[in-house]
Amino acid sequence: MQSKIDQIISHTSHIILGKEPQIRLALACILARGHLLIEDLPGMGKTTLSYTLAQVLGLQFNRVQFTSDLLPGDILGVSVYDRNEACFKFHPGPVFTNVLLADEVNRATPKTQSALLEVMEEGQVTLEGDTRQLPKPFFVIATQNPGHHIGTFPLPESQLDRFLMCINLGYPDAQAERALLQSNGGRHGIHSPEACIDGTGLLALQQAVGHIHISDALLDYLQALLTYSRHSNHFVAGLSPRAGLALKQCAQAWALMHGRDFAIPEDIQAVLPGVAGHRLQTISGSSIEDAAHHLLNAVAIP
Amino acid sequence: MSRAINPGMADLRWLLLSMCLAMALHIDHFPVWVSALIALFMGWRYLLERNHWAMPKLWILVPITLFGVVGILVTYRSLFGRDASVAMLALMLALKLMESSTRRDYVILGFAGYFMTITAFLFNQSLLVGAYLLLPLAGFTATLVGISYPHGTLSQRLRTRIAGSLLLQSIPIMLILFLLFPRIPGPLWGVPQDAYRSMSGLSDNMEPGNISDLSLSAAIAFRVQFKGEIPAPQQLYWRGPVLWHFDGRGWHMDNNRTRFAAENLLVSGDTVDYTVTLEPHNRQWLLMLDIPQGLPAEAYRSREWQVLTRNPVRTRIRYEGSSHTSYQLALDLDDRARQLALALPASGNPRSRELAQQWHDQLREPQQIVNAALELFRQQPFIYTLAPPRLGRDSIDDFLFNTKRGFCEHYASSFTYLMRAAGVPARVVTGYQGGEVNPVGQYLIVRQSDAHAWAEVWLPKRGWVRVDPTAAVSPSRVETGISTALPDNTLLPLMARPDYPWLRNLYLNWDAVNNGWNQWVLGYNQQRQLELLSRLSGTQVNWQDLVLWLMGSLATFILLLCLFLFRRVRQSLDPVQVIYRRYLRKLARHGIRVMPHEGAQDVQHRASQQFPQHAVAIARITDLYQSLRYGADAEGKTMAELRTSINKLKL
Repeated sequence: MQSKIDQIISHTSHIILGKEPQIRLALACILARGHLLIEDLPGMGKTTLSYTLAQVLGLQFNRVQFTSDLLPGDILGVSVYDRNEACFKFHPGPVFTNVLLADEVNRATPKTQSALLEVMEEGQVTLEGDTRQLPKPFFVIATQNPGHHIGTFPLPESQLDRFLMCINLGYPDAQAERALLQSNGGRHGIHSPEACIDGTGLLALQQAVGHIHISDALLDYLQALLTYSRHSNHFVAGLSPRAGLALKQCAQAWALMHGRDFAIPEDIQAVLPGVAGHRLQTISGSSIEDAAHHLLNAVAIP
Repeated sequence: MSRAINPGMADLRWLLLSMCLAMALHIDHFPVWVSALIALFMGWRYLLERNHWAMPKLWILVPITLFGVVGILVTYRSLFGRDASVAMLALMLALKLMESSTRRDYVILGFAGYFMTITAFLFNQSLLVGAYLLLPLAGFTATLVGISYPHGTLSQRLRTRIAGSLLLQSIPIMLILFLLFPRIPGPLWGVPQDAYRSMSGLSDNMEPGNISDLSLSAAIAFRVQFKGEIPAPQQLYWRGPVLWHFDGRGWHMDNNRTRFAAENLLVSGDTVDYTVTLEPHNRQWLLMLDIPQGLPAEAYRSREWQVLTRNPVRTRIRYEGSSHTSYQLALDLDDRARQLALALPASGNPRSRELAQQWHDQLREPQQIVNAALELFRQQPFIYTLAPPRLGRDSIDDFLFNTKRGFCEHYASSFTYLMRAAGVPARVVTGYQGGEVNPVGQYLIVRQSDAHAWAEVWLPKRGWVRVDPTAAVSPSRVETGISTALPDNTLLPLMARPDYPWLRNLYLNWDAVNNGWNQWVLGYNQQRQLELLSRLSGTQVNWQDLVLWLMGSLATFILLLCLFLFRRVRQSLDPVQVIYRRYLRKLARHGIRVMPHEGAQDVQHRASQQFPQHAVAIARITDLYQSLRYGADAEGKTMAELRTSINKLKL
């Protein structure tokens, strides 16, 4: 199991150069059965990362480019009248897949956004009275440009909360950039990575995450973090119970990825910037990383 | 954000509840408009919070405040004094509610609420009130506990638990302060004059009706603890004011206006020693058993052997006295005193005068005249009643020959009148007669309903002799007390009635508890404090010792409390944690300062960088610690191994 995980990470890192920490966080998010939001400027490799992850995990992959005229039916699917059989026939939309890449999700109108978010929450599509299950595993990797870009509908806090993790990629370091420039460049230049695992394997890994032991001592620490975020004058609002659950699941996934059958405070510390960053808003308006670091530095490990 | 730390609805509910509890005891002496305004503000504030309405503007509050101040001024004619100040405090507290929304306001209200709670003691210091005041005390504490927590995060259960444990922890401190805080003789500060208005007791004159009014009151006049046996009921005459002047209607004290020599006293037999705890009555006299001989400290006696203090009795006092039940008082009667004891108004009551003149002419001997008068009361159909008919202008005649129904004051008054008219010097003595023995604690309870009046006549070679004409009419009044002497006892207060024995029993037990409260809590003055502590320590104690003891015991208590709390924190630590901390201390001694938010792996990382030669051992310690503290099962790793690994680590 451990070797599979290492393999996934190394294969992905061959394609996304110099971004191993982000790849690990993204994988932890997927193992914790969450949806991932990647937020960064255009051209930072958001789409490449999601595409590569889907490939490496051996999953069926669909990509939707969100635009302001995209309608819910374009994602979920529509019923079309079939003249031969004289009835309406459902044509499933791109959402019927294992991995849905929702590219530039904040370019779509709120109506389309919320259709997607509903699917994310339920894992099923209900149209015209029929409920259709999505395949398992199913998760969404959404990318978005920073909110202040022109022509965007920023996701409200309540919808951001649906994403288990939100990560930034950031500029590559000099070495990685040189390697990138020396290669043929871009997604087209690279050969598709081979799959290390398939859907069943991923489901098994996801199940294993749930069995990672969480001790009382660790829950004390987790609760101390939550309580501090709620009572501190530093944040506009504290972390929700859902954020607490998310932290726990991601810490479990992180522990699994590091070959432990129990989680330790460092696991929580490692995933907290990804899990809590987009849920915390500082009074001073400082960056996501600052908020997470302030929280981590302020709370002692019991 | 500042909105989030403001007190919430639960805090307001607690605050309002506590304020209601603290003010409830005052409701009977607040004017109705004050109570109504307070209720209005509380209700208004509650609605504001519930419906999220805006707080009232200053231009609304300022006129209301002015109205309140003027209202107090008009009602009480002052802003000072006990009643006015307390009403003012309550009203202003309620008004303060109308501008209170922040935590700071609530803190002010909470602490002012404690002060409001104490004011109940200015009116009543009984055990029940003391016990009741624990409720608002707990309420205000819970309010303050609640607002110390951010908005709405404290459950009701936790709130009451914290407040309760705070109060419990304060009990030892309270006891230490109560026992050891140096007492100052007399009250710490003067209570304003109007506090004494409602005290009841004997007055310095005797008008028809004022003793029978007292008789309806079950209030305690005083309690007596005897050193030896309690004397027989017939001897329990508690001497109060001696009345000389008759104005045709009532009797009055002489107040030292006539210069007659002090009466001398010859005593025989044993002395009766006792301790009296006298309820405040705002008069100067101390009640003592007839005839007082050993006087309490700081008391003096008048020429007619009445015992007085220099200042009115305004707090409950305790004094020791001794008396003789057999005595001879004033064997030689001073001429001026004789004149005083024979003086009568120039006219009025012709029939009584005629009867007395007749006795004077026929009988001659004063003793026989006394007997004749007592015989008159016995033979004629006189009735002892608390509700006598109203008397006409010649009150003595009317009573003796027409109505023949009266109370002790009627009998004492008419008897003394007859004696004076017959040429026998006589005077009226008021005081209390009898009392009730409380078998619980063996002491005597004397109530206002035991108030009594009797006569003293001066007989040659015997001096002033006590004659109780009421005993001639109703012997049981003197022998068994007022409750059996009255044919219809429904007029008497419930507790003085003879029926319902279980109720009486309960009451007597309760009175014994109250007596203890009075003696040991309210009566714990400087003298008692020094006595008690001297007895406990076996040495003479002065106030410097008290201060030292006070500091010492407070410091000891706080130290013990700290130790206890510290131990609890220690005990809540995981034993693995205790061992691990030793490792951290070891690292700290070698310059690796671990921040509280650093986990074991961060520590490992830094430690192995600084001590690469120990990297393996450090990794092992980290691994053991993590498995033991966070792992599901230890997989054979033990605390002993962790301990030895840490001990073996020599940096």
